[in-house]
Order: sequence, then C-alpha cells, then structure tokens
Amino acid sequence: MKKNFSLTDFLCKFYVYILLFVMYAPILLLIAFSFTNTKIIGNWDGFSMHLYRTLFRDKEIMQAFYNTFLVAISSAVVSTILGTLGAIGIFYSKKRTKAIMEGIGNIPVMNAEIVTALSLTILFVFFGVQFNFITLLVGHVVLTIPFVVLSVRPKLMQMDPNIYEAALDLGATPAKALRSIVLPEIMPGVFSGFILSVTLSLDDYIITAFTRDTAFQTLSTYVYGVTSKKGTLPPSLRALTTVITLIALVILIIVNVNSKEKKSDEKI
Amino acid sequence: MRKNKIFSRKTLAVPYAVFLILFVVIPLFLIVAYAFTDENGMLTLSNFSTFFSGGHNINTLMFSIFIGMLNTAICLLLGYPAAFFLAKKGMGFGKATVLLFVMPMWINFVLRTAATRDLLFWMGISGGEHPYLATMIGMVYNYLPFVILPLYTTMTKMDISLIEASYDLGANKVQTFFKTILPMTMPGVVSASTMVFMPTMSSYVISDVMGERKISLIGNSIQLYFDQGLWHIGSLVALIMLVIIAFGSLCTDSAPEEEVRGGLW
Repeated sequence: MKKNFSLTDFLCKFYVYILLFVMYAPILLLIAFSFTNTKIIGNWDGFSMHLYRTLFRDKEIMQAFYNTFLVAISSAVVSTILGTLGAIGIFYSKKRTKAIMEGIGNIPVMNAEIVTALSLTILFVFFGVQFNFITLLVGHVVLTIPFVVLSVRPKLMQMDPNIYEAALDLGATPAKALRSIVLPEIMPGVFSGFILSVTLSLDDYIITAFTRDTAFQTLSTYVYGVTSKKGTLPPSLRALTTVITLIALVILIIVNVNSKEKKSDEKI
Repeated sequence: MRKNKIFSRKTLAVPYAVFLILFVVIPLFLIVAYAFTDENGMLTLSNFSTFFSGGHNINTLMFSIFIGMLNTAICLLLGYPAAFFLAKKGMGFGKATVLLFVMPMWINFVLRTAATRDLLFWMGISGGEHPYLATMIGMVYNYLPFVILPLYTTMTKMDISLIEASYDLGANKVQTFFKTILPMTMPGVVSASTMVFMPTMSSYVISDVMGERKISLIGNSIQLYFDQGLWHIGSLVALIMLVIIAFGSLCTDSAPEEEVRGGLW
C-alpha cells in the first residue's frame, strides 16, 4: 500500500465512482421510490410495501415474468446443446469447412439485431408459419447460439488432443471418449455459454417483438407496451426494478464466486 | 487412422449446420430477394425508388449514422479513462468494480431505458421537450458498459514495460499516450466501436422511449414497415444496413470476439 496521498490517484478514483453513481442513478431512484406508495417520483409518502403487493398480485406482470424466464431457459438449453455439439464438430472438421462454418456462425453477432429479427420474420411469413412459441424460441436461439460456440471454442483449443487418442487406444468408443474426456474438459466453456445465453435472452426486446405471437408478453414487450402509452413507468414497475436488480446482483455474486473458485483450482 | 468410422466427430456439427442454413443463411437470401421484388414476386427496382424518393429516408439514414458516430465518440471519451483507471495496477479497483460497470447489462434493457427516462423527467428534462438530448443520454447510458468491457480487457493485457520504456526514452505523458498506450489499446477501441455504432443506429427502442416518438432512426423505419407488413421495402432498408455492416467489418477486421465478449466469464 502506498501511504503518500496522490492527487492524481484521488481524481482517477473520483472519476470512476462518479461515473458509477451516474450510471446507477436511474435504477437507484426507482428502487428508492418503490418503497413508498406514490404515483409520482419525488413525492415521498412514507415507507410502504404497497407497490410490492400490487406487483405480485398483478397477473399480467407475473405472467410476463414467467414467460421471460421460460423463453430464456429453454432457448439457452437448446443453444447450449446445439452450440456445444456444433463447436466440437467444427473443431474436428477440415480447414475449409471450419472457416465457412465459423464465418456463417458469426453473422448473427455482427449483424444488427433488427436485421436478424426482420430476416426471421420474412422467413416465417414466406413459409406461412404462424408466429408462436416455437418461432420465438428459434429467434432467441439464433441470437444466443454464436456465444455458446464462441465460449466453447477456446476450451477445445486449450485441450490436449492426445488424451482423446489415448482414450481410444485404451478401448473407449469415440462416443464414450467424447463424453468422459472431451466434455469435462470443455465444461467451463459450456457453462459460461449457457449463462451468457440466459442473460442475452432475458435482456432481448427486438427479436422478441418481431418473432412472438402478439398475445405472448415477456417483460421487455410488456414494459415497452406500458411505457410507450404513458408518461412515466407505472408505480408497480418500480418494485419490479428492485426485484430484477436483486436477481442480477445474485447472478453476479454467483458468477464471481464461481470464477474465483476456478482460479484457486488452477493454482493447485 | 482407424478403419471403422461409423461415428465421426464431425457429424456432431450437422444439426448446428442445418440450423445455421435454415435460420441464418436462407433468411438473409430472402432479404435480398424481397428487396428486389414486389408483392407479386416480380423483379423490380421500385422499392429503391420508393425508398429514395422524397429524401425523407435518406435524411433518416444520414441522421442515424450521425447519431451512431456521436454516441460512439461520447461513450469512448467517457469509457476510455474509466477502463484505464480500472485496469491500472495500484489503483485498488478489483474485478468487482468492473462487474459493477457491467451489471446494468443484466437489468432488462427496456426497463433500464424507461428508468433513465423517469430520472430525466424527475430532473425536469422531459423527452417531449428535449427529444434529442434525452435520446442521446439514453444511448450513452445504455452503451457505456459495452465500451468499458472490451477496453478493460485489452488494457489488462497491455505490456506495461513498453510504457515505462517510453518514459525512459524521454517521452512526456502526452507523447507516451499517443505513441504507445493508444496504439496498444486500439483493438479494444475498434471492438468497442463496433459494439456501439451499429446497435445505436439500428435500435428503435431508445429513440422511441426517450424521445417520445419524436425522433426517427433507421431502426424506427424498419419497425414501421414491419408493423404495416411492408416486407419488401422493409427488406430493402435491412439490405442497406447489411451493406453498411459488411463494409464496417471489412474496414475494422475485428478483434477475436471471444476475447471481447466472453471476457467476463
């Protein structure tokens, strides 16, 4: 630790904390005013949990909440399975096939989300497919699958190729060798691909808006629907902000603890 | 080589390949096909003349590019020093502080934007009266984390001895910044820019929510055509954006994505 007080260090720290404060100001404001029963932000009307009660009794919001997680988890599962198998397959393919597959696989990452969304919509319209849960699921898988492949690929590259061969020489079938040798090696990549998929899906609005059945509401579409009508957020959504921030914080802590454990494992 | 290859590891990629062809390749071909045809499926250039007539759409396109560049510049100016201080050793910032900068990404995008609008409203800046200011603030709020993360990742990999060498050789702080630090962090600047520029000009949510529908970006145009079921002209706008994206990615020759986006985990 340095003991002498340095003005530049102080200013640097000050800048970082001010920026953080400004970034969190909107969320903090909503959280603060979620604990009072008032229509307008700025009019503190005593501590009350009323908004939370209305939030949890609001069937529409609860349904949207459930739908959001349903889409996120199911699309992440599909993405993780397809993407992991894809990454393994591509890794052992010939150079040209590899280059082509990687190139195409990266298109959704480079592409503007609205272009991806429109292209999928046109696909479904062209083939006369009704918009339903499956079209929405496909949309979210397109959005998230590149990130699974991108998370798994480095783990495959770090792997020692000889262990797979050794397993075969020791009499394992290729399927068995993949399951008990390759899969455990790439598991951290698979896990981070899954988490990344869930968070991307939870956050998504544009693809959801384009590929869903219009009766199907997620949090994004619900909030968009109510905010574009009224001037400010309906009060109970302030309570929702608190709940979502808490969930994000919990995920953050879990991931952080998890990565710390991984690091201490590596040291051993 | 083993003889009996009933099971090949390559075949594992088949479902993924089929998925990519069905839901990435074919839709893109459909966009191109739709842009050059009319409702009856006849080849036509009328979508082009509709789009370019009147100048309104060109204005929107130019304005979107401008907003995209402005937002990229502001985010870089605000985010670069922050990422630098976060990465600097001896500052005492842990990984937790970096994660705090990124956490807003996990709070629902629409809700976050609406929260920003409520804050501005509370401060007396309403989107109805100051649509441009409100939209720009909303854009910066939303995309700042996307700038800080890739910059931070490249900065932690920066070779400090080069900076020390620069000082030893008599360069002052400004020279050192422009001749060693900035070139070393350029990959981060490039990937940060690509993560901000395109999403800014194509997102219609922020301009809708923050600017109370008084501002129209190119994303708003696509969304409008989508609402009206005008797939052909909508495809043309999407095609124009695709060309811009392709041009942009050729120019930047982007840094490996996994380093940038996967860096957090």
